[in-house]
Order: sequence, then C-alpha cells, then structure tokens
Amino acid sequence: MANLAGVSSTLLEAAFFLYLAATFLFGGSIRQKGLRDGEGLNRWGRLGILVTIIGFAAQLGYFFTRWAAAGHAPVSNLFEFTTFFGMMIVGAFILLFFIYKTAVLGLFALPVALIIIAYASMFPSEISPLIPALQSHWLAIHVTTAAAGQGILAISFIAGMIYLVKNIDQTKSTKKTRWLEAVMFFIVSVVAFILLTTGFTLSGYKSEFEYVNKEDQAASQEFGLPALVGPNEGTLLTEGKMEPLAEMPAFINAKKLNTVIWSLVGGIVLYMLIRLITRRRVAALLQPLVRNVSSDLLDEIGYRSVLIGFPVFALGALIFAMIWAQIAWTRFWGWDPKEVWALITFLFYAAFLHLRLSKGWHGEKSAWLAVVGFGIIMFNLVAVNLVIAGLHSYA
Amino acid sequence: MGKVKCECGRVNPNGTILCESCGRALTEKAKQDKLVDMRYEGSARRSQTYNKTLIDKVWNFFSSVKVGIWIIVLLLVAASFGTILPQEFYIPSNVPPETYYEDVYGTFGKLYYLIGFHDLYNSLWFSALVAALGVSLVIASLDRVVPLYRALKNQRVDRHETFMKKQRLFAEREGTLQRAEWQRVKEALEKKKYKVRMENGALLAEKNRFTRWGPYVNHVGLIIFLLGALLRSVPGMYIDELLWIREGETLQVPGTNGEYYVKNNGFTLENYQAGEDPEVFNEAINRVGTVAKNYQTDAVLYKNENNELPGASPKLEEVQRDAIQVNQPMKFGQFAVYQTSFRQDEMKAMHFALTNKETGEEFGEIVVDLFDQQASYDLGGGYKVELLGYYPDFDGFTQEGEPTSKSPLPNNPAFLFNMITPQTPEGEVSFAQIRNTMEPLGETTFKMAFKSLDTRDVSALTIRKDLTLPVLAAGGLIFMIGVIQGSYWNHRRLWVREKNGQVYAAGHTNKNWHGLKRDIEAVLEGTTIPRPEDRQKE
Repeated sequence: MANLAGVSSTLLEAAFFLYLAATFLFGGSIRQKGLRDGEGLNRWGRLGILVTIIGFAAQLGYFFTRWAAAGHAPVSNLFEFTTFFGMMIVGAFILLFFIYKTAVLGLFALPVALIIIAYASMFPSEISPLIPALQSHWLAIHVTTAAAGQGILAISFIAGMIYLVKNIDQTKSTKKTRWLEAVMFFIVSVVAFILLTTGFTLSGYKSEFEYVNKEDQAASQEFGLPALVGPNEGTLLTEGKMEPLAEMPAFINAKKLNTVIWSLVGGIVLYMLIRLITRRRVAALLQPLVRNVSSDLLDEIGYRSVLIGFPVFALGALIFAMIWAQIAWTRFWGWDPKEVWALITFLFYAAFLHLRLSKGWHGEKSAWLAVVGFGIIMFNLVAVNLVIAGLHSYA
Repeated sequence: MGKVKCECGRVNPNGTILCESCGRALTEKAKQDKLVDMRYEGSARRSQTYNKTLIDKVWNFFSSVKVGIWIIVLLLVAASFGTILPQEFYIPSNVPPETYYEDVYGTFGKLYYLIGFHDLYNSLWFSALVAALGVSLVIASLDRVVPLYRALKNQRVDRHETFMKKQRLFAEREGTLQRAEWQRVKEALEKKKYKVRMENGALLAEKNRFTRWGPYVNHVGLIIFLLGALLRSVPGMYIDELLWIREGETLQVPGTNGEYYVKNNGFTLENYQAGEDPEVFNEAINRVGTVAKNYQTDAVLYKNENNELPGASPKLEEVQRDAIQVNQPMKFGQFAVYQTSFRQDEMKAMHFALTNKETGEEFGEIVVDLFDQQASYDLGGGYKVELLGYYPDFDGFTQEGEPTSKSPLPNNPAFLFNMITPQTPEGEVSFAQIRNTMEPLGETTFKMAFKSLDTRDVSALTIRKDLTLPVLAAGGLIFMIGVIQGSYWNHRRLWVREKNGQVYAAGHTNKNWHGLKRDIEAVLEGTTIPRPEDRQKE
C-alpha cells in the first residue's frame, strides 16, 4: 500500500511538470500566429493541449491511486482539497478549450493551476485517516462537486484577467492599472510564500514556542519561518533561533500571522524586483501575449464558464453540502463560516448573472466581477480554513 | 381597454414594445433604436406599463432586476459580517456572551456584541432581507414570465423587415432565393435539431425555447425552499432536542411525548492506532497524535405501550437496536437520533473497605452507587456501615463544620460513614473521599479506605424531527432543474425572409452568440442567403 502512495506522489509531480511544459507550449503557440476568431490552432497549440491532457491524466492517476491507498477519496484535508481544486481548474480549462479553441486561455489557466498545486504542497501531505464526521460517501460526492464548480468558475477569472490585461490602457497610470497590479501583487505574494516556505523547510528551520492560549492554558507552537511576531506570552524554546519582534494577543494565531507577514514582505520584494528590472507594470509585461485574442470571445468565455460552473457549484457546495450536513451534523444548515461563504459565493455569482442582463455589465465590468468572484472562492478556501475557526477547519 | 393594434392586425396588450406577432416597433423609442432590445421579446410588462397606485409602485420596485441585485448584494455583505467572530451558538455554552466577546476579543468583541452581530442570522433585519429577496423573486418572475410566454407563443414566421433589420445578427441582399436553397437550408437546420416553419416566403428556425423558462423554474424552486424554511416555525414540524444519557440508563426520548424510550448499552470511543490501522496512516498519526476513529452509542429503542393510559407506569417494548455513529443516525418514525457529543469516565460507583487502621485488616468491601445509595451496608459478623451523608460535589466545610456540596452532579463525591463493628457497637464516624479519609469527630480505630472507582461514559444524542425536509428537497430539486435548464442550453432563432426583391437574414440567441454564429455559418453553406453579421462587435 505504501508503494501505491509512492506511485501516487510521483504521478502528481509528473502532472506538475507536464502542466509547466504545456504552459511554455501555449506560450509558443501565441507567439507564432494571431488567434482571431475562426482561426485554427497551430502546431504549438495542439501540442500544448495534448501535453495538458497527459498531465491531467497523470493527476487523475495520482487521485485514484491515492484513493486506493487511503481507502477514501483524497479530498479530506487542505493538501488534498487544494490539489484537487488545481486539477479541476485544468479540467475546466480543457473543457472550455474544446469549446472555444483559444490557446491563450491555457497560457494563463495553467500557471494559476500550477501555483495552486504548489500552494497545496505547503500543507502536510501524508495520507491521513478520516475522523468520524468525514466517514461518509458524501465526502467524495460533496467535495469533488464543489471543487469542480469552483474550478469552472475559476476559468471566468482567467478569461477576465486576460480581458483586463489586454484592454486596460498601460500607457498611463490609472485606478484600473493600480487595481490590476494589486491582483498581480497578490499572485506574486503567493509565489513568494511558496518560495519562502520551501526554502526554510529545505534548510530545516524550526523554532518552538511555549505560550498562553485563548483559553488561558499553556500551549506550544512550532514555527517553520523565523518568528517576526510571536505568540501571547511566548518563550522561545529552541536555542539560537530568532526572537520575535512583537508579541500578539491570545486570540490572534501568531504562527499564521507570521506566515502572512512573511508572504507580504516576500511579495513586495519579489514584485519590486520585477518592476525595477523590467521598468514596466506586471500587467504591461503580459500585455503583448494577449494582443491577438478577441475581447468579445474572452467576454463570452467568462460568461459561459460562469453559466456552466454556477449550477455545478450550487449542487456541490450547497445542495450536496446540505444533505450531508443533515446526516453528519444533524442539521442541513448551521451558519458555519464555510457554509456562509459558500452561500456568499453563490449569491455573488447570482448577482453576476443578473447583472449580465443589463447592458453595461458586459466586457470590462464583467471581467472585474469575475476577478472578485475568484477572490471570494480563494478567501473561502484559504482564510475560512486557516483564519476563521469553524467546523470545516481540517488541516 | 388600452390595447395596441399593430399594422399587421395583431392586437397587443397595453405597453407592448414590439408586436407579438410580426415584431414591428410599437413605441416611438423602439422605432428609433438602432438595435432592438430583445430582452423579454419587447413584450408588455406590467412594471413598465403602470405606475399610478401604491400597488403599482410596490410591484415596480420589486420587479426591478436592479433592486433584486441590490438585495442579493446586501445579503451577501451582511452574511459575511456574521463570520468575522464566531456566532453566539458556537461559543462555549458555560460563559455568558455579554462577557465572552469582550474577554476574548477586546473592544472589537464588545462592539460586535453590542451591534448584535453575535446573533446576526436570527436578527429581524437579516430575516427582512431574506423576505425581501423572496418577494422580489415572486414579483420579478411574474412580471416577466407571462408576457414572455405570450410573445414567444404568438410569434409569426414572417417577421417584419424592420424587426429583422434591428437584430444584432443581420444581413440583406438584393435578389431572390431558389426553391432548392430554401430546401437545403431547411434540411441543414433540421439536422441541427432546429424546428423549422416556412410561410409566405419566410423561414423561422428555432431551437431550445424551453431554456427560456429555466430562470423562472429555478425561482419557483427558491421560493418553495424559502417557504419550507418558514414552515419550521409551524408547531409540530420541527423538533431539536439534546439528550445526555449514561451507559446503562434508559431515558424517555424527548419530543416524543413519552412514546419512546432509549437505552444506552455502552458508548465507544476508538482512536486510530499506528501499526494497527493501515500502514499509510502511520505518518499522520505520529505527527498529529490522536485521531478519533469512531464515536458510537449502542442504543436500544423502546416503545411505551402504556403511553395512552394515564397514570400507568411505562411498559417498554423493544422496537429496534442500533449502533448510532456519526454519519449513521438511528431512524424511527419521523425521528432521527444522532451521535452528537460525549463525556468519558463519569464516576458511577465507589468501593470502600472497612479497615482496621492499626493492623490493616479488612472486614469487607462496600460499593456505593453514586446515583442510588443505600442507608446502610451490612458486612455480616456484626460489621455494618451506615451512610450518614452524601456530598456529590464536595466543596469544603461550613464554619459549623458541615460538609457542603456545590451541585448534585458527582464531580467530587464525599461520604460521611458510621462504622459499626463488634469492637465499636456505638459506631465511629469516618469522612471518605477518593484517596482520602478524615476523622471529623475524633480519632477512630477503623476507617473507610477508598479502594476503587467505577466509571462510565455519557453520550449526548440529538433527537431531530424535521418535517420541512421534503419541502426543502422539492425546492432544491426544482431549483437545480431550472438552473440547469436555463444554463446549459441556448434559445437560438434564425429568420430568413424574401420580400420585394430583397433577401433578409437575421439571428438571435439569448446567450452564447459564438455558438449561434457557428450554427448559422454551417447551415447557410452552399446557399445565397446573406451571412448575418454581428453588429455589436468591438
């Protein structure tokens, strides 16, 4: 069985590198030729989608071998869920690629999936047994459907981003360019987080603290990154490691805040480096890549992916969720933060769809909405699990 | 009254923008528009027609999509506020919320509590927002679905050329079409599953009209769901009780009016064991420590046959046995019983030995059930122990030297025994606790030595009856059908018309224009019908 788990990890790594290769192939495909509507794919594009599909197959292989090794669907903790979410983004991209045949979509969708899978691997990745609340077939049904819905909705974010990169005038600094840079900065910060965590893990950095927790009891916390902020009344137990610069009150989780601070600082450094070296905005750097794609088509892809993803999300994240909650938690709805944020996501995309009815909300405004929508999805994935305590905090 | 007659002869309801039959523009504004507004087919919506009475104004307010979107946005923003700090029902139940929020979260917590965000989802204003959403769903749907239905039902094959000219996809050319071309395009359309009608030198091809009803179907589903949620407050529809039951106990099932009893035959808590459970879990178990595997109450359900007889003592008939686990509630009738919580190792009975202090010789052991004590315990041979006092939650002595108990729960049991032996027929008093004995009334020869403790687990079961579930399920199902019906198909139409030496072609879809364009391209292949062009392009 342990062997099967090994095969599984290898397949995930293979998928990661195949997605990376496919990204470059899609990059090559748009360099060669314009992609106005109706023009066929060139050889690079065909190769790109082929490698993407092989990568997707490898990740499916990861998923099912891990399922076999664990005896349950591997969507039971943050590592597994986030990896699966990355796979669903790729799957949704493949689906929409075959409807619209746009290579540039892959050039943006695959890096997003790559970042998400890399982010997933920052969490403990060993196969863990299921606690009683998760021992149900609904685990597989509810979680996979919800993630699939989110993956499809994420494509509207990708299309929206391409739309904004293409259409926002980069010759002068405006509110729009600043907001778009804010999104870019956020993505850069996630990359910084991944680099920093990987770096410090490889170097073996660990510092342990003893502190007084929210319930006024002694507890201990292990930091993987040097502690810029330390826990409430904390004392450093590991010798020769950095003493915190500031101490946090008990209700703030110092370890998580520390990670956020590191990511932001790392993000600022990385982002400034890019700006200093290239002397351009990040979005301006990307702009030449998307020049040839039709804005109308991007708008259509964005809208279409919401149309396809919305019912799937509603089914998985609300209806299946309610059925399972009735069985496991005795009530179908309990205003748990994760439930509330699933409802918020649902309401947001409902508002998106109704706004499409009025004329002004196509094109750029719709693209911004898609970006906000993805922000909500990521908030529900990251912040609600890690920051807001609730019944869904499995990590 | 107030009907609008079109040049084509059709009498349209007051407020119609585009003739239901031929599509001519009927209002001055519509006549001047470059492209016709095809939402709801230019039909007469009540909200766009009347605005006099108060009812009109309320109707118009709630029928607006803009208002609907505002309600949705307000709801989602409001809902997010409730997740900043835990809601009242998730904080520990043994601390009052007035102090909890301030103690744990400081001034912000105090403010959060004062604004009432600690119980946001039960607040009147939040309920009012949900109600507004419900009203908006009903009115906005009714305002649109009826006229839309009329317009789509009454549409003519030969639309007026002004209607066609103002479509987003349109083209025209001089000349005529040959019979073979008509035939060819008709066949191509039918192959693509279009319904084709031909009349008076005109063709209308239409596909998936049913998808236009999707939004209204899903709104009906949502309304049923909201009504289902409202139904919970109707007496008898909903029961939510918590029952703490000790191992071995048989208790009435709350909410069943004494009809059912449940017995706890034992509670089990299992943890995963590194080594015992599949090897792949070892790493996780070693990192995390304890991971729970199973919480289970072995329950027996009884029915009280004497429940209908007033005053009769319960006569219990076994109905079923079930191992209640998380995710596997026990079901009976309209009820479900869930494993919700537990407390391990509650004290049940204590063993004491009557012991000679000097020699250590024991003269028998007594077992005191903490929930059912005897007045005296006879050990035979003239040895006897009398229970003078029982203090389940011993809290020290009063100034007068009286032992006190702070609660009736056996958290820290203590006893006052009178020990009668052949040597001490008058009796000696011993005060006994776990691992401790005292002699409050002077030195004694004997003592009640604590030997051991019997414990048992307490299981918490949730008793639930929810008759609103079928209504909610129906609402959810109808919603899903509607949302799929509206999302995964497109209502596509193609008009071709030959009139006075001109050939017109126009296309319309409610969404996914790329798909329609591809369809049109394919079906017009090999004909001289002009290719409609998108006039709303960037």
